[in-house]
Amino acid sequence: MAAVSGLVRRPLGEVTVRDAINQGMDEELERDEKVFLLGEEVAQYDGAYKVSRGLWKKYGDKRIIDTPISEMGFAGIAVGAAMAGLRPICEFMTFNFSMQAIDQVINSAAKTYYMSGGLQSVPIVFRGPNGASAGVAAQHSQCFAAWYGHCPGLKVVSPWNSEDAKGLIKSAIRDNNPVVVLENELMYGVPFEFPPEAQSKDFLIPIGKAKIERQGTHITVVSHSRPVGHCLEAAAVLSKEGVECEVINMRTIRPMDMETIEASVMKTNHLVTVEGGWPQFGVGAEICARIMEGISKKLVLEYSQAVVNIMYLNTYSIKRLKARSVWHFSSRKYFKSKSRKSCVQFPGCSCCSCHWC
Amino acid sequence: MRKMLAAVSRVLSGASQKPASRVLVASRNFANDATFEIKKCDLHRLEEGPPVTTVLTREDGLKYYRMMQTVRRMELKADQLYKQKIIRGFCHLCDGQEACCVGLEAGINPTDHLITAYRAHGFTFTRGLSVREILAELTGRKGGCAKGKGGSMHMYAKNFYGGNGIVGAQVPLGAGIALACKYNGKDEVCLTLYGDGAANQGQIFEAYNMAALWKLPCIFICENNRYGMGTSVERAAASTDYYKRGDFIPGLRVDGMDILCVREATKFAAAYCRSGKLDTSSLHACSCVGINYRTREEIQEVRSKSDPIMLLKDRMVNSNLASVEELKEIDVEVRKEIEDAAQFATADPEPPLEELGYHIYSSDPPFEVRGANQWIKFKSVS
Repeated sequence: MAAVSGLVRRPLGEVTVRDAINQGMDEELERDEKVFLLGEEVAQYDGAYKVSRGLWKKYGDKRIIDTPISEMGFAGIAVGAAMAGLRPICEFMTFNFSMQAIDQVINSAAKTYYMSGGLQSVPIVFRGPNGASAGVAAQHSQCFAAWYGHCPGLKVVSPWNSEDAKGLIKSAIRDNNPVVVLENELMYGVPFEFPPEAQSKDFLIPIGKAKIERQGTHITVVSHSRPVGHCLEAAAVLSKEGVECEVINMRTIRPMDMETIEASVMKTNHLVTVEGGWPQFGVGAEICARIMEGISKKLVLEYSQAVVNIMYLNTYSIKRLKARSVWHFSSRKYFKSKSRKSCVQFPGCSCCSCHWC
Repeated sequence: MRKMLAAVSRVLSGASQKPASRVLVASRNFANDATFEIKKCDLHRLEEGPPVTTVLTREDGLKYYRMMQTVRRMELKADQLYKQKIIRGFCHLCDGQEACCVGLEAGINPTDHLITAYRAHGFTFTRGLSVREILAELTGRKGGCAKGKGGSMHMYAKNFYGGNGIVGAQVPLGAGIALACKYNGKDEVCLTLYGDGAANQGQIFEAYNMAALWKLPCIFICENNRYGMGTSVERAAASTDYYKRGDFIPGLRVDGMDILCVREATKFAAAYCRSGKLDTSSLHACSCVGINYRTREEIQEVRSKSDPIMLLKDRMVNSNLASVEELKEIDVEVRKEIEDAAQFATADPEPPLEELGYHIYSSDPPFEVRGANQWIKFKSVS
């Protein structure tokens, strides 16, 4: 299936994002009879952006279905089919049009498992290009990561490169929950090195785990989708000036991998979030809010060395810790004693040489 | 003394009467079945409609009577509990519309599928859940069918997909279930219900289009109770011939207060779908229920003339399929069942707070969910 791109010869081992998604869907269609694809132009036209090229020829009308231009209708049909036991992939030509169908995605798909007390699952994938394209104006350029990332019951992934695209679409299809896959139109034609493990038919990327694309020590840069590429380019430029950026590719918007981000921020003390969505109430706003609240308890337990550098704790959380008074902040003694004393270093305190900002 | 004697004699004669009447019932010969004439359905794009006569067996008659009476009592009990504020939130009742839920169930197989909107308690019962589970779900207790997390509008059972809160959203879902029926090739149909209010939703027409295009085994059923929320149909719909609004989809106008009419129409539509002759069809059942938007006179008129339970009862008694006493016994049994269920629904504890975060994701390992602030965590189990 790697040869499906056909027209342009690529160096061996390089696959475009488009072909990676195509491969992923093809493998899952082959693996499970219940998987099918529906959307506008997905069958006879080979996909509006040619992502589903060759699939209709291979699987036929039953499993690759062209729909009329009725997003609310066909999204609802896809959700109903998922409720009845099939595993649909519902393609939106872009996620801007998913707004027509957003009631079906949120109210019919995302909330149902909870409201039914665990009786009715909805194993559906909504996929399509998200975010800005080249000059398509405001109505066709919105990024929906923040909107969908807001809702419990939904999983939201945002692949950047080919490896992400294939691994995440396969994980999404195999997941028994509604998953929104936010692709990017401008990335479809971009080729990437495909690692050997990605050739496997069981190559999956776990949903909920971020990847550190580039190790660094001075600043953490967190991003998802196409901006990850921009961050890596910026990191290369900064590296020449002696600033080493740690670039994190979120891969999943919901459930968000805060542990990876927190561990990185504890190492570098600096954080920049980069995204294609609007800043107010956005993905970056959520990451900043969580970092500002303080590190998670789990991280305190795991990274005992870093516990000494509690500059990340703001005054309120320090007060709470004092009230609990369970932790004795000494890296060596951490696991051995839990005394009522807590030695915490406030920002700007002279007890340690750490600095907050 | 005389009064006391009179009272005693009354009691004694009363006590002896019951066994006598029971003996009377047992020894009386009932007919096994009877033929009834039913109203002819108006047709849209159909040459023939459902039959105008139908046979009702004694067994079926008693079964339908019991089911309708159970739904009626359950809804009235829910009404009572709602007024006592034991049920809160939404509580959309279908007392008066029992012929629809029982009649539809009588026309399909348990392996067929059904989805409806929020006036779902009757269908939840006819699709197989017990009154206990339904009332406990209404009162939000852990013994409810959705563990108290769904409430009135989100009850699910095998081959029953709710219970949907958003007006009209269930119609494309129903078409999707029909797609799955066709995909699986199992000769099943999906009954997709909506109200006269929802009939004006755009997504319904999108669903009609795709169902007809792809020949899905879907029966679209409009339960017309003449009011969409609070607005009467004349003020909401340019065309109140809902059975014709599927346009290219054949339709029937059915008397929704007559259970036999509903049953025959459903059988007819399901057979049509299964045979492949016609792949979707649209039923439109008129029924009358609802308070608040209607005048007292309107309500009294409907109650006295079109009560589906009375209609069935009169038919059965007049055709010697059952006796009044027998049906009264069923009433008593049903009342007791509902009382017990209401007792359970009131006494059962609410779901524990620890389970607040459960059932967010399906088939996932347990994880932690953030509560009202960063230090409150709930465990989430699939």
